[in-house]
Amino acid sequence: MPKKSMREAINEALHLEMARDPSVIVLGEDVSGGAGGTSGQRDAAGGVFGLTKGLLPKFGEHRVIDTPISESAIIGAANGAALAGLRPVAEIMFSDFIGVCFDQILNQAAKFRYMFNGAKAPLVVRMTVGAGRSAAAQHSQSMHALLSAIPGIKVVMPSNAYDAKGLLLQAIRDDDPVIFLEHKMLYNDTCEVPDGDYTIPFGEGVLVREGEHVTVVATGQLVKLATGVVDRLAAEGVRCDLIDPRTTSPLDEELILESVRETGRLVVVDEAPPRCGFAADVAALVAREAFASLRAPVATVTPPHTPVPFAPELEREYLPDAARVERAIRSVLAH
Amino acid sequence: MTAEQDVITAPKPASAARHHDGLTHEQLLSAYRQMKTIREFEERVHVENASGAIPGFTHLYCGQEAVAVGACEHLTDADYIISTHRGHGHCIAKGCDVVGMMKEIHGRRDGLNGGKGGSMHIADIGKGMLGANGVVGAGQPIAVGAAIACKLRGEGRIAASFTGDGASNQGTVFEAMNMAVVLQLPKVFVFENNGYSEHTGASYGIGCEDIVKRIEGFGIPVWQADGFDFFSVYEAMGKALEVSRNGGGPTAIYCETIRYFGHFEGDPQNYRAKDEVQRYRAEKDCLLKFRARMEANGGLSTDELDAVDREVGALIERAVQEARNAPRPRAEDLLTNVYDNY
Repeated sequence: MPKKSMREAINEALHLEMARDPSVIVLGEDVSGGAGGTSGQRDAAGGVFGLTKGLLPKFGEHRVIDTPISESAIIGAANGAALAGLRPVAEIMFSDFIGVCFDQILNQAAKFRYMFNGAKAPLVVRMTVGAGRSAAAQHSQSMHALLSAIPGIKVVMPSNAYDAKGLLLQAIRDDDPVIFLEHKMLYNDTCEVPDGDYTIPFGEGVLVREGEHVTVVATGQLVKLATGVVDRLAAEGVRCDLIDPRTTSPLDEELILESVRETGRLVVVDEAPPRCGFAADVAALVAREAFASLRAPVATVTPPHTPVPFAPELEREYLPDAARVERAIRSVLAH
Repeated sequence: MTAEQDVITAPKPASAARHHDGLTHEQLLSAYRQMKTIREFEERVHVENASGAIPGFTHLYCGQEAVAVGACEHLTDADYIISTHRGHGHCIAKGCDVVGMMKEIHGRRDGLNGGKGGSMHIADIGKGMLGANGVVGAGQPIAVGAAIACKLRGEGRIAASFTGDGASNQGTVFEAMNMAVVLQLPKVFVFENNGYSEHTGASYGIGCEDIVKRIEGFGIPVWQADGFDFFSVYEAMGKALEVSRNGGGPTAIYCETIRYFGHFEGDPQNYRAKDEVQRYRAEKDCLLKFRARMEANGGLSTDELDAVDREVGALIERAVQEARNAPRPRAEDLLTNVYDNY
C-alpha cells in the first residue's frame, strides 16, 4: 500500500469526494489563493498549508471559492449553502479564529436540525489545531473540548493519515455539521493510505495497542507520543491498552469503559486545557460508570491552565511529553 | 388540506393579463390576503400572549406588512429567504402554513418545528424559508450561502435576507455584503428600518444616519421604497431582482417603516412618544393605504376586500383554536433531531 502524508491524504479525500458528488464545494480564505494577485497564478497557494492544492484547476471557481478574510461570513455561508442543499467544506485556517465566527457554529449550525424540524445542514468545517511550532497563543490552541461541549455538532480529531482520509470522507457525507480538526504537527507524518474510497464511522475509537495493566486514552498528535511510551514500557513488562477515540463527539464511551473494567487503571493524555477539558470529561465518565473497577485514581496529562506560550522552551514545557506520560502510567501502577 | 390552507400556500400565479399597478387581479388579491393574514396573526398573537397562552419571547411585525409581502410577492418556493427574530411576517409572506406557525408559537408537538423552535426560530426549508433567527445579523451570511447554492445550480433562483436597522450595525451584515459582492451572488438584501433596535432609536444607533450610503459603500445598488406602501416595495424589489436574477450580483432595497408593538411582547415602550403609534396607524397604515388605492382605482372591490377579511379572520380563529387544542410535546421528543445519527 502506498505511503502518504496526512496532507496528501486529506487533499486526496477532497479530490475524491468533489469528483464523486457535485454538491460538494470548498470555501475559505486562500483555499486556492492567487485571486486578485499579479502573478496570474490562480491556484497559487492551494490553502495556506497546501491542503486544497489542485482543487481549483479541476473543479473551477464555482466550487472552489476563495473568500475574503471573513470568518463569520465563511461559516455563515457554509451554513446557508448546506441548508440549501450543498455539502460545503469550509476552511478556517486556525481553529483559534473561531472566536470571530462562534455564533455561526454555536447558535446556527449546531441548532438547525433541532430548531427547524430536522433540517439537514451537512457542512464540514476544517481547521488546524495544536501547539508545537511556536505559533504562540492565538495560533496554537486545541479547541476540541470547547466544541465537543456543544450538542448538535460532531468533532473529529484524526491522529494519522489513514484515519484522516477515511474520517474526512465520512465527514463530508455525514448529514450533520462536522468540525474536522487537523493537528498541524501531523501534516507531514506518513503511513499507508489506500488510493480508493473508504470511510471510518464516527464514535468508534481504535485500540492502538493492547494490554491488561493500564488504559491509556490519547488524542490527536499525542497518540503518537503515547504509542512510543507504551511500546517502551511493554519491553519491561508493563502492558497498556492505548485508545485513540478519533472523534471526541460522539465519543466511544464503551471502548474506554470496557478497557478500564479490565485494567482498573486510566491515564488520559490530551492537549486541551485541563479545566472542563476532554481529560476531565473522560475521567468523569469512568468515575461515573466504572468506579468499582478502578484500582487507582485517574491520572491526566494535559497542558497547564495557561494560554500557549511562544518561546520554544516554554512551549515544550506546556505540551505533554513522554516523561510525563510515563510518570502518569507509573503513578497509577503504583496503587 | 383545507380550502384556507390551499389559498394561503398556493404558488403565485404566472403573470397573465396585467392591470391595475402592473399586477393581475389574482396578485392583488394575494397581496392583500397576505398582508391581512400577517396583521390578523400578529394582533391575535398579541392577545394570546397577554393571556399567558404563549411561552417565551414574542416579537411582533405588525405595521411592517407591506415590506414582507411587497418583497416576497416576487418569489417562489424555489427562492430562499432568511429572517430576523421579528419573523412571523416574513414566514407568512413566503407561504409557511399559518396554522402550523400558530401551533409552533404555542409550543405544540405538531407545530411547524415540532415545538422546538418557537416564535424566534420558525423555518420551513421546503418553502425556501431558512429560518427566523434569534441572533441579530446572523442571517445575512447564511443567506449568502443560500445564494452560493443558487448560483451554482444556475436555475435563476435567488436568496433574500431581511435585515433591520439594528442589524445594519452588526459586522456579520458588513461581511455578508462584501462577500456577496466579491462572489457576485444572486442575493437581495432587504433592509427594514422600523425606527428602533430594541429600545434604542435608529437616529441614535446608526452613526452615519444613512443606511443607504453604507450599502452603496459596498458597491451594492440599492432601491429605496416606502415601507408603508406595498406597491412601492413591490416595485423596488422587482428592480432589484431583475439585476440579481440575471447575473448582476447582489442588490438591496431599503424601506422605512414602523412597528406597532414593542420590541417584545410585554415591553412597556417607555422610549416612545405616547401618540407615535396612534399617529402612524391613522395616517400611514399599509393596509388602509392598500384598501384606499384599490377602492379608488377599481383594482379590487370593497366586497372582494371584505371577503378576504372574513376569510383571513376565520383562518386565524381556526389557527388559534387548533393551537390551543394541539398536543404538547412529550418528554421523549427532547432528544429527537439533535443529530441525524450519533
